[in-house]
Amino acid sequence: MEATVQGHADTHGHGHHGHAPSGWMRWVTTTNHKDIGTLYLWFSFAMFMVGGVMALTIRAELFQPGLQILEPERFNQMTTLHGLIMVFGAIMPTFVGFANWMIPMQIGAKDMAFGRLNNWSFWLLPAAATLLVVSLFVPGGAAAAGWTLYAPLTVQQQGMGMDMTIFAVHILGMSSIMGSINIITTILNLRAPGMTLMKMPMFPWTWLITAYLIIAVMPVLAGAVTMILTDRHFGTSFFNAAGGGDPVLFQHVFWFFGHPEVYIIILPGFGVISQVIQAFSRKPLFGYASMVYATASIAILSFFVWAHHMYTTGMPVSGQLYFMYATMLIAIPTGVKVFNWVATMWRGALTFETPMLFALGFIVLFTLGGFSGLVLAMTPVDVQMQDTYYVVAHFHYVMVAGALFSAFAATYYWLPKWTGHMYDEKMGKVHFWLSLIFFNMTFFVQHFLGLAGMPRRIPDYALQFTDFNQISTIGAFGFGLSQLLFLYNIITCIRGGPKAPAKPWDGAEGLEWELPSPAPYHSWETQPTVK
Amino acid sequence: MTKQAKWANMRQLAGLLVLVAVSGLAQAEYKLNFQQPATKMAQNVYDLHVWMMYICGLIFVVVFGVMFYSVFNHRKSSGRAAATFHESTKVEILWTIVPTIILLLMAWPVTVTLLEMRDASNSDITIKVTGYQWKWSYDYLKGEGEGIKFMSVLSTPQEQIHNTAPKGEHYLLEVDNPVVVPVGKKVRVLTTASDVIHAWFVPALAIKQDAIPGFIRDAAFRPDREGTFRGQCAELCGKDHAFMPIVVEVVSQAKYTAWVAEQQKKMAALIDDPNKVWTLPELVKRGEAVYLANCVACHQVTGKGLAPVFPALDGSKIATGPKAGHLEIVTNGKPGTAMAAFGKQLSDAELAAVITYERNAWSNKAGDLVQPNEIKAARK
Repeated sequence: MEATVQGHADTHGHGHHGHAPSGWMRWVTTTNHKDIGTLYLWFSFAMFMVGGVMALTIRAELFQPGLQILEPERFNQMTTLHGLIMVFGAIMPTFVGFANWMIPMQIGAKDMAFGRLNNWSFWLLPAAATLLVVSLFVPGGAAAAGWTLYAPLTVQQQGMGMDMTIFAVHILGMSSIMGSINIITTILNLRAPGMTLMKMPMFPWTWLITAYLIIAVMPVLAGAVTMILTDRHFGTSFFNAAGGGDPVLFQHVFWFFGHPEVYIIILPGFGVISQVIQAFSRKPLFGYASMVYATASIAILSFFVWAHHMYTTGMPVSGQLYFMYATMLIAIPTGVKVFNWVATMWRGALTFETPMLFALGFIVLFTLGGFSGLVLAMTPVDVQMQDTYYVVAHFHYVMVAGALFSAFAATYYWLPKWTGHMYDEKMGKVHFWLSLIFFNMTFFVQHFLGLAGMPRRIPDYALQFTDFNQISTIGAFGFGLSQLLFLYNIITCIRGGPKAPAKPWDGAEGLEWELPSPAPYHSWETQPTVK
Repeated sequence: MTKQAKWANMRQLAGLLVLVAVSGLAQAEYKLNFQQPATKMAQNVYDLHVWMMYICGLIFVVVFGVMFYSVFNHRKSSGRAAATFHESTKVEILWTIVPTIILLLMAWPVTVTLLEMRDASNSDITIKVTGYQWKWSYDYLKGEGEGIKFMSVLSTPQEQIHNTAPKGEHYLLEVDNPVVVPVGKKVRVLTTASDVIHAWFVPALAIKQDAIPGFIRDAAFRPDREGTFRGQCAELCGKDHAFMPIVVEVVSQAKYTAWVAEQQKKMAALIDDPNKVWTLPELVKRGEAVYLANCVACHQVTGKGLAPVFPALDGSKIATGPKAGHLEIVTNGKPGTAMAAFGKQLSDAELAAVITYERNAWSNKAGDLVQPNEIKAARK
């Protein structure tokens, strides 16, 4: 992208909030994209901690065979809530937070298109999160059927915990849809003069595509859980064969949402990585146009592969073949992205600040997750691996080393712009290396557990699985504790530190770096012109 | 060259690569790869996986070889200026086409294997497998052993699970009644379930098939060596999902014939005289055994249940109230809950015994008893 700014960055951002309430009411009533972005980011970090404590509880139970700290029902509630909270409470809102902060600044817009909608879509989240966490303490406990909520187990479970979960999923879905409408409208209508779509940075591009995915599939999830609700309470039989229904119908509907969901989580991360690699290679992104097309093809293909999660449900062999071939196709655009990143680095002038380290970690580990995904796509091999720890390892490579590492990269990359201070580079690097080592310690060995036949979602296991489970548990605690370093680094960076220049990364490109650091409360009140 | 020969060549090439690349890992192979295959299909899957590992490994080395070359040689600290190129149609077309070709190379052998795997025709023995919360039942429907029927329940004692006794060698992977099949015969498995979805998974046989309530699915295996093969339920099915293992014993034809004869004798012995009138102590003794095998997972040894999902039987209105209501719920279950209809699983005598036991155990002192012929009458 070759964008030069003609309009001048406004420097009169302070003292602008004339009638806006101060104190905590500022955060309740705010319609400012930066405030709402901050709310999203702190909320998702809190959820990341809650989901993380659940993960550590699970890993502690699995440290050795036998039941020690959790009875089986509680264990199942932990795995279910860990999944739901991490997917809907931590990862998705993180990227909405980045979108709120960065998209208006990157495309030269004054704010998001719909300020009040933006406020509402954030404030729905704490309500939903409260429902999920409180459900642990109601009679019968939280939902215990796994984050995938497969019927008929969800229909069978007694107690209001399951109903609270269904309601929470509805609210979370509403929030995501509103956020997406806002993002699409902002990108399509509020770009600075001269910024054509094909000049836009990769982060808004990937979010534009992601927002369409969200609008397409969140209602599908809402439909699926509503059918569970009516089966539970209103005598319908969507998933009960005795009433003419089919339990497998739930899986089809769920995964029609669930597979695009995977890309909803990872695509904005692709955008972040593209910008970070470009900045620290001091070289334009290789194959910008093919990056955009690859992202769009991944998104479109994601609608046609859902039943590869269901190879063992007993679909006809022709169905298995179709879903296998369609799934393999996704490897092609994904490969193109990885090759483009590597080519961007080729003959650049590389430096390795923390955002770049996380980006490199992302590329290597995400590719490993892609390989295990390719192995899982192969139906006969998947039959051996489906619902084993191999799958657990695979999706954590994509979710943690993929989405979470790209969120770390994004945070370190834009933190100077948000706070006006530089973070502690040395501590950032230690955070990266600890995360990298402990992540692999936790999840790499889980491939072997899966190959040896250990099913997922079990609180207790046979003796031959002990060694790898112990390594994995130690790794998980190391990974969890390393994140405190991240929190400490952010807090000290907000409070002070060396002053950040407008553009702290000499290779960085884009309108956000034309604004001063910290970015003024209201930016681009006069839109810049992009040549 | 025939297809098989080509495939064999590919395998040889792959084998050569593994020797060079991961000879160190190969020594510990039993822990780092699939279980030792016991069917030709499991061997095919094993080989496919190894073959894919070579392809992925090769791509990994090439792509990240290039990336790390950049990381070490294209540093700003070496005083270099960055190049400015940012596209090349030729290269981009190349790295779209090459992966497509690699994928085709992967897809061919996988398709062949899949078609073979799903072929469940011309089987010698057909066994219907039914998943219950949380045990399996086996029904030999066709072939030698037809008519044999039994439940298969975890045999690991609770003390081992709760760490008050040392764990045995086959902890959590042992059952009271294993499935027995003859070596070399093709076995077709029909799976279904009575409550929620389960999955019948035996890694060494390369078989995993969901058991779906209200529907029947099939899968097949032909074991090519004798031995005991262990697996577990692979689909989350509630509280005791981790505690419903599968054990398949593959035996010689002669041993199988002997096993069939023994089972048929056992089943004949199990048929209770329908006209026998039972005494209270007899029923309570038999009932306790039935209770321990079928009811403890939810209602607990103490009869206190697990509130609020699994109600207590000790002092419950149903277990101390009129016999008819008690009989009704045990026989027909309670729709929409985990309480199964045990009328489908247990015989008249077993039902009579377990109901009598529940009415007279713990603090329950109903003092009455249920005779098998009352169950028989109630079933109509």
